[in-house]
Formats: sequence, C-alpha cells, structure tokens
Amino acid sequence: MVKNEQNISEKQREYWKKNIRLIITLLIIWASVSLFGAIIMANPFSNIPFFGVPFSFWLAQQGSIIVFVCLIFFYAIKMDRLDEQYDVKEVILTEKDKKGDES
Amino acid sequence: MTVEHITLTLVLLTFAIYIYIGWWSKVKDTSNFFVAGKEIPAVANGAAIAADWMSAASFISMAGLISFLGYDGTIYLMGWTGGYVLLALLLAPYLRKFGRYTVPDFIGDRYYSNGARAVAAIATLFISLTYVAGQMRGVGIVFSRYLQVEITIGVLIGMTIVAFFAVLGGMKGITWTQVVQYFVLIIAFIIPAVAISLKLTGIPVPQLGLTFSSLAKDLSHLQIELGMNEYLAPFQNLSALNVFAVTLALMIGTAGLPHVIIRFYTVKDVRSARWSAGWAIIFIALLYTTAPAIGVFAKYNLINSFNNEPVEEVRDISWVSKWEETGLLQLDDKNGDGLLTFSGDDTNEVIIDRDIIVLSTPEVAELSPFIIALVAAGGLAAALSTASGLLLAMSSAVSHDLYYRIIKPTASEKQRLAFGRWMIFLAVIVAGYFGMNPPGFVGEVVAFAFGIAAASLFPAIFLGIFDKRMNREGAIWGILSGLSFTVMMILLMRSSQIFGTETQVMESFLGINAQGIGAVGAVINFAVSFIVSRSTKAPPEEISQMVEEIRVPKVSEEKSE
Repeated sequence: MVKNEQNISEKQREYWKKNIRLIITLLIIWASVSLFGAIIMANPFSNIPFFGVPFSFWLAQQGSIIVFVCLIFFYAIKMDRLDEQYDVKEVILTEKDKKGDES
Repeated sequence: MTVEHITLTLVLLTFAIYIYIGWWSKVKDTSNFFVAGKEIPAVANGAAIAADWMSAASFISMAGLISFLGYDGTIYLMGWTGGYVLLALLLAPYLRKFGRYTVPDFIGDRYYSNGARAVAAIATLFISLTYVAGQMRGVGIVFSRYLQVEITIGVLIGMTIVAFFAVLGGMKGITWTQVVQYFVLIIAFIIPAVAISLKLTGIPVPQLGLTFSSLAKDLSHLQIELGMNEYLAPFQNLSALNVFAVTLALMIGTAGLPHVIIRFYTVKDVRSARWSAGWAIIFIALLYTTAPAIGVFAKYNLINSFNNEPVEEVRDISWVSKWEETGLLQLDDKNGDGLLTFSGDDTNEVIIDRDIIVLSTPEVAELSPFIIALVAAGGLAAALSTASGLLLAMSSAVSHDLYYRIIKPTASEKQRLAFGRWMIFLAVIVAGYFGMNPPGFVGEVVAFAFGIAAASLFPAIFLGIFDKRMNREGAIWGILSGLSFTVMMILLMRSSQIFGTETQVMESFLGINAQGIGAVGAVINFAVSFIVSRSTKAPPEEISQMVEEIRVPKVSEEKSE
C-alpha cells in the first residue's frame, strides 16, 4: 500500500513525534490543574481567596473544566496546522474507498 | 392548566419529535445502522456526544450529589470532564482513522485475536448494562413525580420511545435525536439555574453567581452552624486519597466508555473527530460548570425553607407534599416541637434524596409551571439519549462483534441488519427490566461502569495506538487481570448490597473505596500488559503497519506519483 516507503515513514515519524510532544505538554497541564492543583494542593490553596470562594474550590469546581475546554480546542487547532504542514490532511473517501471500508 | 398538564404536553411534544426523527432517518444498511454512514457534521456530533454522554446521572443526580459532598463533589466534575480530555487527545482521532464500527472491532483487529474481540465485547456489554440501568431508573423517577404514573409504566413508556427510534434509525436515528435531546436538556438545566442565581445572588450567570457572591461562604458557615460539613473545605466527606483515586478512575473510565467512543466513528474524517471532541466538551462544560452553582444555591435554599420552619406550614407547600408522596423527601418532627430541624446529627428531621435537588429547583425557586415541565422533559431527554447510545453499543457488541465477526462471518448485509435490530430490541427489554428493578442509586451504579471501563478497555486501546510492540498476549492478560481485580474488589466492597452479607467483606483496598478502585485496576492492566508483551513475541509485521497508518490522518501514497 505504501509506496516510496523510506521517504514517507521518515516524514510520518517526524509528524508523530511532534504530535506526541504536543499531547505530553497538554497532559502535563491537564494533570497539574486537576490532580495536582485541585486535589494534592487543595488544602494550601484553600487559604487563597478567589473572589467569593477559596481558590482551590474554584479550581476544583469551575477552573479545571474551563482549562479542559481550552486544551481540547488548542489540540484541534494545533493538529490542523500540523496536518497541513506535513501534508497528511485526510482526503474525503472516494466511492471505491468507501466500499473497501465496509468489508 | 396545571403543572401536570403542561408537563404532559411538553413531554408528548418532545417524544413526537424524537419519533419523527427516528422515522425520518430510517436506515437500510449496516454502515448507516452502526455508524450513521460516517457523515455526521462535527458540531452535530459534538452535541450528540454531549447528550449521549451526559446521562440521567449528570442531569438528575450530579448537582444533588455535589450539594451533599461539597468540595469533594469535584470527583464527578473533574473526573467526568477530565476524562474527556484523555478521550479527545489519546483515542478519538486514531479510532476514527481506524474507521470500523465498534470498540471490540479495534481491539480484535489490533490484537489479531477473536479471543480479545470477545473479551472486549463482553466488557462492552457489561459496562453498558450497568450504565443503562441508571438511565431507566431516571426515566421512572421523572414519570412518577411529574405525571403521577407508576414507575413501571413510566419505564415502559420510555422503553417504547427508545425502541422506536433506535430500532428504526440505528445510529443515524439515535444521533439526530441526541442532537435535539441535547438542546432540550441544556435549556431545561440552564433556565432554572439562571433564575435561582438571579434570585439569590442578583447575578444572572450561575457560574459567576457562584464565584462573585458570598453565597457559597454563607452556606459553608450555615452548614458548620448546623453541625454539617464545611462546604468549601476539601476532604470533609472523602479522604484525599479517595478523592484522588475516584477522580482518576472516573477520568480513565470516561475515556474507555464504548458508547461514547463509537460516536467518533460517525464523523467523516480525523479532523472532524478532533473538532467534534472540542464542540462536545463546550456543550458538556456548559452543564458541568452550572451544576456546582446549582448545588450551592439549592442547598442554601432548602436549608432556609426547612430549618426552624413550622412543620405544618412546610407541608402546605405544594411541591413538598408531592415529593413527600414519592418517598424521596421525608419530614419527621421527631422531638414534637412543631418545628423542623435540619442538621448533620441525630436531631435531623429532614431526609432529602439527592436525586431531587435538580428536579425540585424550579419549584423551590417558584418558577412558572412551564419551566417545571421543561425540567421534566430535560431529565427524560438526558436519560433517553444516553440509553439509546448504550443500547446501540450493546447491540453492536453482540450483532457485529460476536455474531458477525466471530460466529458467522458469512452473514449477509441483510441478515446483519436484521440481527442488529433484534439485538437493540432485546437490549431495550433488558434495560427496562433493570429500570423496574433498579440495583441502586443512579449515580453510584453509573460509577461502577466507569471503574470497569477504566480497568479493561482504556488501557488496551491506548496501548494499541501508542505502543507498537504491544501484542495479543499482553493485551489479553492485561484486560483479564485489570478486569478481574476490579470486579472482585467491587463485589467485596459492596457485598452487603450484592450478596446480602451483614457487613461489607472489605471496607476499602489500601484506603481506596469501590468507586476509585478502577484506577488501581487500570494500573494493574498497564503493568501486566507491559510485562507479558515484552516477554512474548512481537506482533506481526502487518499489525505494525496498521498502527503506523492509524497514527496519521492520511497515508501519503498519492504524493509519490
């Protein structure tokens, strides 16, 4: 299926590496907001006021969710660009491919 | 018109829309039946995912659970939404690229084994079954309270509706009804929240009302005065370890829920899979950031309407008497002073089922009968949308994975479609049975499904994409050990509910409770998979090739021409 294997796998490998790096960065933010910030640091952060509520409470019940939304959108936007850059943007399936798909 | 009439009208109206969509989207082939022909737009899929995934537990139970757990209620908030991040980043795009129909499909093909396929199919069935029971109970609660129908009849009506659009329209019918159901449920959730926020804090946006008013602090002080836990302080109801473990288990479990994963098969390409994940989290976050605000507002309001109020006067309020009839609210003037005491110790005279916090909010906040009716329709939409997604996941596990891929690979398209329809029908009946004989609390039952998903499916899918060296032996042993550990622990820690033993055989596993045990199961799965795979032989060449192809949206073969 894959012609010109050497060249393509080189490019694909690089694409994959960048993808992994992006995922790891985002998951570090994910964990530090939720598991670390809102649970491990819950007690110390309770003493920091955030408007009407303690900061850790706000982080646990509001802030972390807002961060999650940003992470997923950031990933979608960033990956769109990466697809473009590495020319791996998916082409919409032709009729023939669709048939092959249902096998 | 009374509240009941308006509710009935609104419920019938929404049901008519669902049935119409089911009829409009009736399908003739398995691709449409299982994955909606892979042509659902990203935003619509986002709404469908949100509705599929926000269950009766999210709509009916969650704000109530939070209002009793206080800070620790974050296990549900962060657990369920945080898992969504794992799903969007680690699984969704690659499973879409793989592009088959089900989760067992991926596991069976990736691990070149019908044994793995069968294990995954059984895990899917098990998860969906535990989960669907909660949905049907939710339907029963709404019907019994709002329309004064027997729970059994309510469940039967719900079953008929779901059966209609799921059997006829398959995934396509389910998807488009879920899009409508999302809007019904979110409007029903937001309007009362806005009204109660405006009433109590003067700020119309509940999220801001929670953050920028002193209400949360007032509630926290009030709770301390009454001998209850401090609302805003962490780890009052659960230990820090449990909060951590349960949150993690719910996160990993969310990412492994088969009925949510298969939604990503329905979009046209990898890019749409990533974007529909984005739209879905926005739609989900709208409800999930509102729920903690409702938790605070409703609790504050309830304490003030009950504590130190004359019991006869309270009973005269119409919503109080109606909820008392259902048994979900109990008032008992134990010390006979004619006043109600709402407190955290033995003197407490008010018992509130957590499930009624959301459902009673519009009445407590004295909103118009129309809004009360809307909440009933919203609760039904949440329960039915999730139930239909689960039914499809169960049906496809049996008809596609077990029947077609394992037992009878020669089955014709027509036979497979017919078999799929029968399986949905059968699944509806099983779900209905569990709805009439509920195994427990809506929220709690659902949580077990997450533990099992975390310990079995998530690690196998994740490793299948990110670890090329992972082989059949590793995956199978990983799933079996993670699953058996988790199931055994849950059975031991819930033995009094399940086997009727006097006390639980086990209170906790190293301090981790039954809800959080899935996180340990997942770790065991990962460890066993890794060790076994490294000591057995590598997967065949074509499997490595397949993994390479899953990892990029397009294999660039055209480029070489």
